[in-house]
Formats: sequence, structure tokens, C-alpha cells
Amino acid sequence: MSSSLARRIAGLMSVAAVVAGCGTAGAPVGAATDAAARVYVAPGHYDEMYAFLSGGFSGNVTVYGLPSGRLLQQIPVFSQYPEKGYGYSEQTKAMLNTSYGFIPWDDAHHPQLSITNGKSDGRWLFINGNNTPRIARLDLTRFETEEIIEIPNSSGGHGSPFLTDNSGYVVSATRFSLPTPQRDMSIKDGEFGGMLSFVKVDSATGRMRLAFQIHVPGYDYDLSRSGKGPSKDWSFFTSYNSEQAKTLLESNASQKDKDYIAAVNRVAAEQCVASGRAKDWTTPYAHNTVGEDGVARSEILRSQKVLEIADCPGLVYFLPTPKSPHGVDVDPTGEFIVAGGKLATVIPVHSFSKLQKAIADKAFDGELGGIPVLKYEAIIAGEVENPGLGPLHTEFDGKGFAYTSVFISSEIIKFSLTDFKVVDRVPAYYSIGHLMIPGGDTEQPFGKYVIALNKITKDRYLPTGPELTQSAQLYDITGDKMKLLLDFPTTGEPHYAQAIPASLIKDRQQKTYSLADNRDPHVTKAEKDVKVVRQGTKVHVYMTAIRSHFLPDMIEGIQVGDSVFFHVTNLEQDWDVPHGFAMLGAQNAELLVMPGQTRTLTWQPMRAGVYPFYCTDFCSALHQEMQGYLRVSAKGASVPLAWNGGAGTLGK
Amino acid sequence: MPRWARAVLAAGVLALGSLYAAPLWHIGLTAPQYPEGLGLFIGIDRITGEKPQDLQSINGLNHYIGMKEIVPASFPELRYMPILLGVLIGTGLIVAAWGNRRALYAWTALFALGAAAGLVDLWRWGHDYGHDLNPRAAIKIPGMSYQPPVIGGKQLLNFHADSWPALGGWVAILVLSLAVALAVREWISARARSA
Repeated sequence: MSSSLARRIAGLMSVAAVVAGCGTAGAPVGAATDAAARVYVAPGHYDEMYAFLSGGFSGNVTVYGLPSGRLLQQIPVFSQYPEKGYGYSEQTKAMLNTSYGFIPWDDAHHPQLSITNGKSDGRWLFINGNNTPRIARLDLTRFETEEIIEIPNSSGGHGSPFLTDNSGYVVSATRFSLPTPQRDMSIKDGEFGGMLSFVKVDSATGRMRLAFQIHVPGYDYDLSRSGKGPSKDWSFFTSYNSEQAKTLLESNASQKDKDYIAAVNRVAAEQCVASGRAKDWTTPYAHNTVGEDGVARSEILRSQKVLEIADCPGLVYFLPTPKSPHGVDVDPTGEFIVAGGKLATVIPVHSFSKLQKAIADKAFDGELGGIPVLKYEAIIAGEVENPGLGPLHTEFDGKGFAYTSVFISSEIIKFSLTDFKVVDRVPAYYSIGHLMIPGGDTEQPFGKYVIALNKITKDRYLPTGPELTQSAQLYDITGDKMKLLLDFPTTGEPHYAQAIPASLIKDRQQKTYSLADNRDPHVTKAEKDVKVVRQGTKVHVYMTAIRSHFLPDMIEGIQVGDSVFFHVTNLEQDWDVPHGFAMLGAQNAELLVMPGQTRTLTWQPMRAGVYPFYCTDFCSALHQEMQGYLRVSAKGASVPLAWNGGAGTLGK
Repeated sequence: MPRWARAVLAAGVLALGSLYAAPLWHIGLTAPQYPEGLGLFIGIDRITGEKPQDLQSINGLNHYIGMKEIVPASFPELRYMPILLGVLIGTGLIVAAWGNRRALYAWTALFALGAAAGLVDLWRWGHDYGHDLNPRAAIKIPGMSYQPPVIGGKQLLNFHADSWPALGGWVAILVLSLAVALAVREWISARARSA
């Protein structure tokens, strides 16, 4: 404790030093002396790793190169993203559908790379939406969101997606317990429940399916990890608020000495479901997928298998854990379960082998809601003393060491998994949340770096008004001592991240969509086929784009009150030649159409006149010439529908 | 012709069969925007992109300078070259079996003539594509034409074009050289005999 205080004072002093040294070219605060050389990636050269950072409340995923910290891409997931037309184009809108209708935003927290044989394989990235609980799957040959599944009977989908062994399931937990099933009841007196959800991942396609849910006492289930190796059949969920407070949780949920990690025996759950002991619930939830034709479709499903604790003995055990635990992390061997107690003075490390023995010996300390509570002394492997204030999350280097982020004292500590002694500590600037070692949550960490994902940046960057940039920091962990190499700004709030050697992803990149295989229902594969078709007040424009023109680029016969659908097919088959499409007065966004792809923008003309459209993505030397006109007449006007190109007669 | 020479000729003639699969010629294009390059393979019966989309990309770029689209189906050569190659291989095998010296001379001359005609044809098409430009093209540079070289490299605006034999071309060159060498050897030994 006293050394933590000393650390904090040292931290404050370094802040003072920064302020004092403001504007001078002094040594970088906290950084290793060879940091510049370690993170420099020469122009035209590639980074060593891809890092996928959650965009937090931006609802997207950001992709960075490591060690340079250069931003490579932003992948829209849960939020509309006008730059790419995501959630605006007719082909992508359905991706944001839920049982509550179209929801154009969510709070993205935990990216998770798919795993084969205990190692990140670079096929898919999963990420959870916290607010309206959802799990998304991104394809990493295209860096696009391919699927989103809503989690019913749940709220605050924070403990998610956290894959089980070999990408078998992604999970989700209820952070804000609710009436289960949802109904009108007194907040103060009503009995709330939680739900631990298991979503099966198809090993070939990645396609997700809600397999079963476990109905648990109404605590706040926070984070999760699944076991590995010997513990691979188990999943662990931290919970806080075993007080079941419903107001002013900051005090009311912090009263008990211990809260609980729920250890779920997944195989027992599968057997209970298989033997028909699950109940059928009928809460609606959305499942959104991109079809073979590249078009997202949403389906509302209405059935789920729910297991009650009483119907499936041996399903869940509670592991008492000090003071409102946040992260729960399993080491690469699957033996140690490390819990970060936000308000605890030690880091408890539970032992999986002891846990199994305690279950066999029935070393219970009573039960809660029908769930046996294991004796703390019977399952604990060790307690890490003097971890700093507010330990949260732990990752592993695969060499017998664990690295824990410590929020309040703003540092990373490194401790040995042999004797649970702290061997190194280094400040984070400031208030680190998650931390991430590439592959550090898997059986086979890639190691080399640890990244701090910080909540506060204060004086680390040029100020930008009341809202400052979000930030991450890169540390070298190849030696005995951690060394700070780089600060880099991020978007949204970078809750958690994943990283993987570039070689596992870069050579599998899809460069274009095959025009010949384009099965969009509104594709136009050649300029001779362009046309404009009226169906009542709906007008479909089948348009092509190729350097450097649209066809048709003259359209007449549109009337006020029509809905015009621009189905734009990019005829290019060359890498890095997207075309954009923007229409004056469109109330949505632009389209960004990849080579060989078809995207549809809907436009409702408000007033008679002539309206231009143009290409927004600088495509070629004659990009500025890539434009067209559309004539809008009054409703009922006699101007006939006409266009140029294909069988059109205009301009001939 | 001695037995070994007939065997060598037969082997060479059979090797020409690879031309049904391996391309004869390769034209590569690189530019600042295309560091990975675009390329065309020319075979006896096909013109294909080096990468699946290269032909379409090259056609897309060529429309700026008003060059005609390269449509493989429009080349009659691609229809009759496979037949001519069949004739060449058939007669070659007959010559090897027969072992007649004069037949070897004639066959070698036929092969050389065919190869020369092929190169002239390649030049002719290149000239046609490079000069017969749409007058309404976006990019018009007075005096500029875009004929790729038959062999070697050439800068065409921002693109550097390189034209060289591909695998099948090298096989053809090798077999032709072999035939010439055998013919020369026959001629020398015939002169020695008559002297």
C-alpha cells in the first residue's frame, strides 16, 4: 500500500515534470531510450502485427499496425458510418436491426480473435455491443462485419464475447439484471435475474446460433473468460453487486467482503439441454447475416433454450472473490484463474485443480440461489500482495508471468505465476483499463509487447478542448523490465484489443469482389445493361461506375414524391479502386462501392429541378469529371422516363 | 540422321506439345500506381491476364488513351495457331522417324518461318492497338503512340512496358535452336561425306 502511494506520488511528480518541461525537447516521459528505433517503421514497410482495438462508444473497431501505432482502418460494426455508407445503403441497413427495430449505435467493448488449437488464427474477429446486447462477427479477409446476433433476456452485454476453447462458443452475460423474462414490475421490490448466454460458432463458416442460456441470480455479471487445456469445458463469469442493490450501486454494491465468480460447467449444460431439461422461452431477438449475394438480411427469432439452476445440478459454482471483481483471466495452462478485484488489496489467483477437488469434496460454504458457494481457502492458489490500487485485467506472456492492469494507481504490474510475487511495475499514462499482450489470452501467446488501453490522457497530447484524445500505450516485455515505447491516440474508448502477427492475416486479403460472381439482386454487370425502371412511385436506377464515368449520367422523368433507388455497381476489378456516389439532398450518406460490388442509395427528391451526383472517392485522373445529372419534375408532369446508356434514348 | 539425332529431334518436337498449355509471350506493365504490376500472357489459343483481373484492368486503363478493348475472341490467330502447331509437331515426328536430311532442313525452315510470322503478327497487332486510337479519348498527346515492344522494354506515359518470351516461348526458341543445330550438323557431315 505504502509503495503504491509512493508510486502515485512519483506519478504526480512526473506530471509536474512534464508541465515544467512543457515545450522543451526533453527526453520522452517514461519511455525507453531506444524507443524511437523500436517503433519506427520506415515508409513503405509493413508493421509486424495487426492490432484490433474496440472503438468503444464509436461502435466500431479500429485497426492499428504495431509497433508503429499507425491507424490502418476503421471497421463499422454497431454504428452507422457515413464514410462507407454502412447502415445507410440498402445492402447494409439490416445489419443494425434488432428486436427493438433499427438501432444505429452501440457501445463496442471486447474484440476477440477466433482461435484454433489454442492459438489466434486470424479468421474472424468477434465483438460485443454493450447497450442493446449483441455480438458481431467480422470477416478478416475483407475487414467487414458479416453477422450480428442479438442476445435476448439480457442487458448490458459487457461480459462478452470471450470465446471458449477452439472458437466453440461466444458468450454473453447480463450486467444489469432485469425481470427475466422482461415484464413490468417494481424496481425496488421486484426480483431480477441474470442470464449467461452461450452462442455456438460454426467451425467452418463462423455462423452464430444462440445455443442456450443459463438463468442465474440477479447480480451484475461483468466479465468472462473460458478455460483452456484441463479447464476447457468451463467458463468463468465475474459478478459484483451480490447485494442486489438497485440504486446508488457505487456504495450499495460495495458492502460485502466478497462477491462471486460464477464457474459454469459447459459440458454439463450441453448435456442438460440435450436431455430436454431446458425450458423454451419466446423472447424475440434479431439475427442479421450477409447472404451469398452480399446483402444483409435480418431475421427475428423467437425461441431460446433456458436452463434453470434447479433443473441441472452441477451446472454452476460460485467462487468467492474479494470486493467487486472485474476481470477474470485464465492463464495459458488453464490452471490459474486470476481475478481483478476493483476494490481489493490483493489479486486472488484461483486454482482449477483445487476447484475440481473442492467440488468433489463438497467443500461448500452454503449456497446462493441454488448455486453452491465453494470455500475460498479450498480453491485459492495464492494471493498477489501489493498489486497497487484497483487491479482490473490480466494477460499472460506464456513464459510464466502475468501482467495486470491497475486502474487507480495507473500502472501495469508483472507477477510470477510460480510464487505470485510482483517482479516489475511500470506507470501507465493514465488510468489504464484493459491491457493486451498479443495472444495473451490464449494458450499460445505471441508476446513481445503489452498495450495499455487508457481511460485518461490529460497532458500526454496537444489539448483539443474539453474532450481529449483517447489513447493507448505500447510497452516492450521482451526483457525482465517492461519498457514504454510509444503513446498512440485511438478513437472512441479503446476498451480492449487483440493483436496477431501480420503474416496470419495479410496474405489472405481479398482485393476485389468478383464482378462475374456478383449476385446482388440489383447488379448491372455491363454498361449495355444499364436502365431506369419505374414501379409506381419507386424508380430503380441500374447504374454502373468505372473510371471515370457513371452510366446513365443523364436521367429524366423523375417526379417529386418518388423514391429513387440508385443501384450502383462498380465495374472495376482492380485493387484499391472504389467509387463513391453522392446525391445532392440525399438524407442519408454517400455510397462507397468496392470493385465488383453493388450498393444502393435511396433518395427522395423534394423539389423540382436538376440535381447533380458525383463520385466522392478520388478514383482517377478524371475523377472530377465523374458526375451526372438527374431531372426532377413536378408530381404528375408529362416528362417521360429517359436515360442515356444501354437501351436508353437520352443524349443519342 | 543418326539414331541419337533422330531421338533428340523427336524429344524436342514432343516438347513443343507444352505450348498447348504454356504461354508464348508475356507483356508486363508497371507504374507508380501499379507497383505489383499488370500483365498479359499470350498463348497459342488464348490471351489472359497475369492475375485474374489484369486483362480487364488493362482494358480499363487503355480507354483513357482511346485504345481498343483487347477481346481475345477477336483474334483469328488464336483459332488457327493450335492447328498449325499440330501440323508442326506431326511433321516433326515424321521427320524424326524418317531421318531424312533434306526433310529436316525443310522442317526447320518451316518452323523458323512460322516463328518469324508469329513475331511479325505480334508486332502488327501491337502497332494496330498502339496507333488506332479513338479521337475522342480523354488523354491525347500529339505524336504519342502506345505500341508495346515485341522484345524489350519501353516507357509508355506512366507505364513501363516489358515484353519477353514466356515459358512456352523459351521452349519454342530452344527447340528451334536444337533443330537448327541438328540441321547444321547434318549439313557439315553430308559435306564431309561428299568431299
